[in-house]
Amino acid sequence: MVLDKLLEQHEAAIVGLWVDHVINTYAPDSAHFYKTQKDQFANPVGITFSESLGNLFKALRTGGDRDELSKHLDPVLRIRAIQSFTPAEALAFIIDLKPILRSQFKDALKEKRLSRELVRFEDQIDAMLLIAFDVYSACREKLFELKVSTEREKIYKAFLRAGLIADIKAEEPGNDALH
Amino acid sequence: MNLKYVYSFLAVLVLFLVAYVGVEGLGLDWLFGIIVPYLAVIVFVVFGTKRILGWGRSAVPFRIPTTAGQQKSLPWIQSSPIDNPSSKLGVWVRMALEVLTFRSLFRNSRIKLGSGPKISYHLEIFLWLGALAFHYAFLVAIIRHLRFFAEPVPFFVQLVQSVDSFFRFEIHYDPIQVGLPGVALSSIVLLLAVTFLLLRRLLDTKVRYISLAADYFPLFLILGIAFTGILMAYFTKVNVAAVKELATGLVTFQPTIPEGLGGVFYVHLFFVSVLLAYFPFSKLMHLGGIFMSPTRNLTTNTRAARHVNPWNYPVKIHTYEAYEDDFREKMVEAGLPVEKMPAATAAEEKE
Amino acid sequence: MSDLPKPDDLLNFSHRPPKTEWMDTPAEIKKGFACYAGNPKSLEAVGLPNPRTWSCFDEDWQLPENWQEIIYEGFKERLDKFRSFKVFMDICVRCGACSDKCHYFIGTGDPKNMPVLRAELLRSVYRNDFTKAGKLLGRIAGARPMTLDVLREWWAYFFQCTECRRCSLFCPYGIDTAEITMMGRELLNLLGLNIDWIATPVANCYRTGNHLGIQPHAFKDMIDFFVDDIEEITGVQVEPQFQKKGADILFITPSGDVFADPGTYTCMGYLMLFHFLKEKYGLDVTWSTYASEGGNFGFFTSHEMMKRLNAKMYLEAKRLGVKWILGGECGHMWRVINQYMDTMNGPADFLDVPVNPITGTRFENAASTKMVHITEFTADLIHHGKLDLDPSRNENKVLTFHDSCNPSRGMGLFEEPRYVIQNVANNFYDMPASTIREQTFCCGSGAGLNAGEDMELRMAGGLPRANAVKHVHDKHGVNMLATICAIDRAVLPDLMNYWVPDVEVTGVHELVANALIMPGEQERETDLRGEPLLGTEDADE
Repeated sequence: MVLDKLLEQHEAAIVGLWVDHVINTYAPDSAHFYKTQKDQFANPVGITFSESLGNLFKALRTGGDRDELSKHLDPVLRIRAIQSFTPAEALAFIIDLKPILRSQFKDALKEKRLSRELVRFEDQIDAMLLIAFDVYSACREKLFELKVSTEREKIYKAFLRAGLIADIKAEEPGNDALH
Repeated sequence: MNLKYVYSFLAVLVLFLVAYVGVEGLGLDWLFGIIVPYLAVIVFVVFGTKRILGWGRSAVPFRIPTTAGQQKSLPWIQSSPIDNPSSKLGVWVRMALEVLTFRSLFRNSRIKLGSGPKISYHLEIFLWLGALAFHYAFLVAIIRHLRFFAEPVPFFVQLVQSVDSFFRFEIHYDPIQVGLPGVALSSIVLLLAVTFLLLRRLLDTKVRYISLAADYFPLFLILGIAFTGILMAYFTKVNVAAVKELATGLVTFQPTIPEGLGGVFYVHLFFVSVLLAYFPFSKLMHLGGIFMSPTRNLTTNTRAARHVNPWNYPVKIHTYEAYEDDFREKMVEAGLPVEKMPAATAAEEKE
Repeated sequence: MSDLPKPDDLLNFSHRPPKTEWMDTPAEIKKGFACYAGNPKSLEAVGLPNPRTWSCFDEDWQLPENWQEIIYEGFKERLDKFRSFKVFMDICVRCGACSDKCHYFIGTGDPKNMPVLRAELLRSVYRNDFTKAGKLLGRIAGARPMTLDVLREWWAYFFQCTECRRCSLFCPYGIDTAEITMMGRELLNLLGLNIDWIATPVANCYRTGNHLGIQPHAFKDMIDFFVDDIEEITGVQVEPQFQKKGADILFITPSGDVFADPGTYTCMGYLMLFHFLKEKYGLDVTWSTYASEGGNFGFFTSHEMMKRLNAKMYLEAKRLGVKWILGGECGHMWRVINQYMDTMNGPADFLDVPVNPITGTRFENAASTKMVHITEFTADLIHHGKLDLDPSRNENKVLTFHDSCNPSRGMGLFEEPRYVIQNVANNFYDMPASTIREQTFCCGSGAGLNAGEDMELRMAGGLPRANAVKHVHDKHGVNMLATICAIDRAVLPDLMNYWVPDVEVTGVHELVANALIMPGEQERETDLRGEPLLGTEDADE
């Protein structure tokens, strides 16, 4: 297929644009940091984005299955899920791959066959969006699980039930002394 | 949108015009040659001292050094006497390294992991290098200028001068330049370093975001100083003897205005005066502040030697007695020792 | 990107943040990133001002009428009382060296989490109220008046800092954001602005001696429960002592070790170590239910509150007439002990300079404070060969060590815990150098931010730490993260659960107890958690 070849040839450029696109959803100075800091320990967000999106695109282009796409979506969405984005904002980058491809292949798209192939590829992107939705939801679910199971809930309530915790009383004279 | 650097640039431009027009147009040589420098020095000394005394007046209630290495604990564990200085000597060395080599900035070392298992280290070195170059070039420039104020010129000034211009550019093909000193290394370094620091502020998104007008102003001003300095030393060729006459006049309190110093000289002098007067009110006071930073200038033997807080005051606390009063019955029941046994009857009634 | 076709507005979710300058971007107080407001009962219990029921998500914060004046006066007072504060207000040159060192900045991508901007939140007001340049030039000099928006910003970002001091390490002037945040929180507290996860533990600790408000008999019940567990695993019955007058040593640890997994296993570790030392060498250690909290959430409220809660340690040591105090594994507790306690509540002239009676080691480094860290104590014992250890009993663990912020940058305790770990376990791998020791990354939940409602913030802040753990997990198969901090033990399991699910969290003395051969013990089949031990044959490689 023509598109396959094109995608392979332009892989680096497309992934680059895609990563930029995700990173530009952050404030400009943070985006600059995510983009330029190459130390994976100093910049886990930026490095994870560029690595995982690269893997993801490759998997998508080579017909990776559901598990493989999930695997590469996970690191990115795990981060997006805890960063004050709405669900739509967190996932939008997936469908943003479409305009990136269209602009990348603007001239080549005049050819009917390529255009048809691209539509088929875009269907895969849509499928990826649905998979991403699952992955993202799983991350959020995990987060809420953690919220309700914090030790405050786990232990404090148990103690309270057992009548082992003294309620806080307002300040009583005589309980205090100057030190 | 970001007008901060524009404001600062315009401010320096206005200062330039004020001095240039004042001298060349209005003939106010005495104002810019005598009055303004005196005022600037007075402001610098009075308000700079005030600032430092102000810091000194604030208490140091706790010893809160940032420990950057192994503490001194058990004798067989190697401690870091400089990064975690338990002795005064260690603090001195730590401070000296901070002040002279900007050690903390140098800490920005990075690990780079390639795609393979190999780990390579590299330094994010440019901020450190730029800052170091800037400060040392400035220091050398100041020392070199002492030759205008003292006769005979002190040996260390001569030494610095000769080292500095050992690395000089001489323009041999231009007959006019023959016999004159070449551009000193420090001038070039200063100009380059200031330009780097300015560009970093303007071009690095992160640093631009945090910068204030007050961060650009001194950079433009120093750029102006370096620029006018180089201009008159090597291009308009100011009369060095006349400069020396003015300078000696000022320091011996017998100010005179020699002939033929020219507008550029007065602009240079005015910029320096403005920098001096601006200094105590600005972030440039980090020159003094670095010596007073409690996270760096205190010993870390905080458990070995007691530090006294001058304003330590008594606070309300919950005493053991109040605690036992609160829980005595339950404590006794659980078999915990108490100071006062509860009256048996009272305990029974409660149950 | 401008050549891309413009998506329909309806579909435009590609969030692009505004490019406005930070002073023109009001802080958003976001669910998942903010903590609930302090319970008025808790504020009342310790006499904190303006107790009321309110929420940071409300429009009206029910502030006192003259709140601006209170802030102004409070600011002024603190400038005189703390040279650190005054100097740090004046000398920052905004070089940007600190900007990307904050775990919250790295994880959230929120520019106001750059340490320099966190400090500028206070500095902008300082310039306006206390400097000539600010008064004269206003905004051009970086000054702005104290408004409600600024106050909201303070709330949002001073409760988005864990006082970990990582930034201060890289600052050429040593400007310490922990100091800035402490001042910011003190000022907020003057208006009754505190979070519940700090205010309520403070109130509890004040009255009952520990953060959870566990009453003395319940505290003892919990310990008794551990005693039973220990007997089940080792066949040895340990006998902890409480409030024993004339004991050699008073032991104080964070109550987190007593009531929350996996700290409870660390607590069992202490109990077993003390039993061993008593049986073999006659060392007499006592616990206290009155001083049953090593942690000090007062530290996250104000210097005064820190002093009020900390006072119990010396008071109890004096009442019981012990020789010196031994402190358990805790992070901020040790910052308080190492850099504040002696100054605030000392001199402890009623105690002896700590000497380990078993080894004869005199802890000169604690000569004045008279309190020794348990890893210093245990390292000394191991070094002198006083413990009987079988490291193979930790063979089922591949370990790494998380340096907690406070013992790292407020103390410098790096080698002692590593020495102990490496003597009680065989598989140990450090994380990369830029993420440990003095450069260690915070757990993301310190300084009172270990609540439940701010879980997004905690996960984002802990990302750099988790990322480094993941690295050693992938590379060396690390499955256990050791730490010497009770908050770490409470929050890192959540962090691991989200980012690196196969890694568990342990205290160092849990490992010690696993390896410790107690006099008269039965053959152990499991470690303290009930996990089966690996065959001892594979142990010595």
